[in-house]
Amino acid sequence: MMPNMNMIQSLNSALDIMLERDPNVIIFGEDVGYFGGVFRTTDGLQEKHGEHRVFDSPLSEGGIAATAFGMGLNGLRPVVEIQFADYIFPAYDQILNEIDKIRHRSGGEFWSPVTLRTPAGGGIRGGHHHSQSPESQFTHTPGLKVVYCSTPYNAKGLLISSIESNDPVVFFEPKRCYRGPFYGDPHNVPTWSGHPEAEVPDSHFTIPLGQARLAMEGDDCTVIAWGAMVHVCEKAIEDSGVSCDLIDLQPLLPWAKGTVVNSIEKTGRCVIVHEAPKTSGFGAEMTASIQERCFYHLESPIQRVTGWDTPFPHTTEWDYMPGPTRIAAAIRSTQED
Amino acid sequence: MASEDGGSTIDVPDAPFRPGEEASFERWPWNPEDYPMPDAKTCSAEDTKELAYGLVRVLDDDGNASGEWDPGLSADELRLGLEHMVRLRIFDDRMMKMQRTGLLSFYMRSFGEEAVAIAQTMALEEQDWIFPTYRQPGAQFVRGRSMVSMICHCIGNVEDNIKGRQMPVHYSYREGRFISVSSPVGTQFSQAVGVALASRYKGLDEVTITWIGDGASAEGDYHYALNFASVYNAPVILNVVNNQWAISTHANFSTGIGNFASRGLPYGLASIRVDGNDFLALYSVTKWARERAASGAGSTHIEVLTYRAGAHSSSDDPSRYRPGDEHTKWPGGDPVSRLKEHLISISEWSEDRHSELEERVDSEVVEAYKEAVKFGDLANGPYPSADTIFTEVYEEMPWHLREQHDEVMGG
Repeated sequence: MMPNMNMIQSLNSALDIMLERDPNVIIFGEDVGYFGGVFRTTDGLQEKHGEHRVFDSPLSEGGIAATAFGMGLNGLRPVVEIQFADYIFPAYDQILNEIDKIRHRSGGEFWSPVTLRTPAGGGIRGGHHHSQSPESQFTHTPGLKVVYCSTPYNAKGLLISSIESNDPVVFFEPKRCYRGPFYGDPHNVPTWSGHPEAEVPDSHFTIPLGQARLAMEGDDCTVIAWGAMVHVCEKAIEDSGVSCDLIDLQPLLPWAKGTVVNSIEKTGRCVIVHEAPKTSGFGAEMTASIQERCFYHLESPIQRVTGWDTPFPHTTEWDYMPGPTRIAAAIRSTQED
Repeated sequence: MASEDGGSTIDVPDAPFRPGEEASFERWPWNPEDYPMPDAKTCSAEDTKELAYGLVRVLDDDGNASGEWDPGLSADELRLGLEHMVRLRIFDDRMMKMQRTGLLSFYMRSFGEEAVAIAQTMALEEQDWIFPTYRQPGAQFVRGRSMVSMICHCIGNVEDNIKGRQMPVHYSYREGRFISVSSPVGTQFSQAVGVALASRYKGLDEVTITWIGDGASAEGDYHYALNFASVYNAPVILNVVNNQWAISTHANFSTGIGNFASRGLPYGLASIRVDGNDFLALYSVTKWARERAASGAGSTHIEVLTYRAGAHSSSDDPSRYRPGDEHTKWPGGDPVSRLKEHLISISEWSEDRHSELEERVDSEVVEAYKEAVKFGDLANGPYPSADTIFTEVYEEMPWHLREQHDEVMGG
């Protein structure tokens, strides 16, 4: 019998295991040490592993990223937390110009296997600056791997793979799903208890960075999503009455080409869903790649359902985030001849 | 490899006291008489060195005002300051209760730091610009904003002047020259230098004041601000509010030298540490800095030494990382009590008058609350129209937003 974990617990388990297995793993970030993180993800780890391995940092995302980069250059395997993805941008120069390029720029002499964990996405009444989902700012960055977990099970397996990766990884955690899957109804938010994806082994396991998860199987449409939107899509697919493959992409960079191509060759129709704004979102990359690889299999235009090209609002966030109604309508529209 | 034997490894600081420990701060060695006031218009940064390493106080532990920094405020002015602080505390308590019942999503009190924005804003001229963090809403009371308007913002209803776009406490109040609050900590600090330089460029008698927390002073923005202020001699007042805690992160993680004020000195900025729970000292230091900035002598860097008596926000639980009664041990005491005791000591106030004030303000806050919820609240609506998601992203709505707007609005 596997233990039932929520996503906070499974991430904590992944970090605990990696601290145990590899003395070069260290964890730092804002509030992650004594307090155990504002979302409790590192709870108990400082007490268990010592304050020289799990510690608080100054409030300085640029400093956190740069210090982690240096530690990684010199043989450590830092796992740092950026408290909200909205706050990652002071670190952007370090990530975009330094961490990602060091292997290449040094002719392979140096590399820095940093993992940057960061809670992302909306649905918590966080307004402009606690809701954004900036994955496409990083998928546009050669040298990085970009991962977006969606369930307790894949959070743990993907995080362990990210930490073990010798390439730097930006690891997005959908904060809306920390304590339960989210089906698009803010008035009815279940916990993870009893969910099959909450059955998470206590032990070490990995999910390869490049592998997607087929969350639902069907014949007539391929729905591609990541993060919290995976669960919203599940509900939308049920509402639509259309038989769909639901691909939880997991790593966005590199993404699971085979899974996506095979599914679209089967269904001939596709809907891509993400929380982030539409323009230059990762859905645009997926759309372009799919038409390059699957053009002659497509039977209707690829649809995108995304956040609007506006800042993320506070009071009206349910008019912003893609919900089951919009997604189901897009799925049904792919079935029209 | 990490140290296996507990020997040489990374030195990680700690907070002075953790849950389960008895907090006991040393009494401050600095007295109101300790420091002369240098000439604001002519002194050098070097001349402020002892002020940066010391602590400017006006009120002693018994509520008596003395020393060169005593601003000599009238009893009416002192009572007005007290009223603003009492109002802020009662307003905060009411908002927190509303948050607990779901009428707003989130809240941040100024508990223990009420003097900061209120005394400092009172020391400015009305044309001066305020570039706050989320811990200086009290400046709006000084600038005359109505509580109804503030509550409408916090509960995100149809009368919210920023249209439900930002979280509560992220006020914007142009009429009071109070610039929109942003969540990313520290960003305003260097932006304020730009505001100040624009005033200078236009030849106007305007000064800009801004604040940053001890925690956020570790961000690059803090250092950009000091450098730009120094290089361009900007008329800006740069305050580091050292309230000891940035959520769970103690100030020991934000500086390795135990002093924030002195960090201005090597940038060539006049630098002063002030007792942030001493209304009179705060007022006086700010007045001094305003005079200096307006004269063209440049920026002043101020450490406001205080204590965050409450939680960081409604999402925070400080009992997990500090002793629950730590704030009661703070050597600076409570800013409201200290000004009240001072007024009583000069026979300009009484316990009865204070109780009457609290009752009057409490009913004003309740009335404002009742008025505000008539326009809706976060739990029950009505909300600003979804239209507001798309407006004011640009001055004119481009075609791609127009399409998305029409999809939502059915237009």
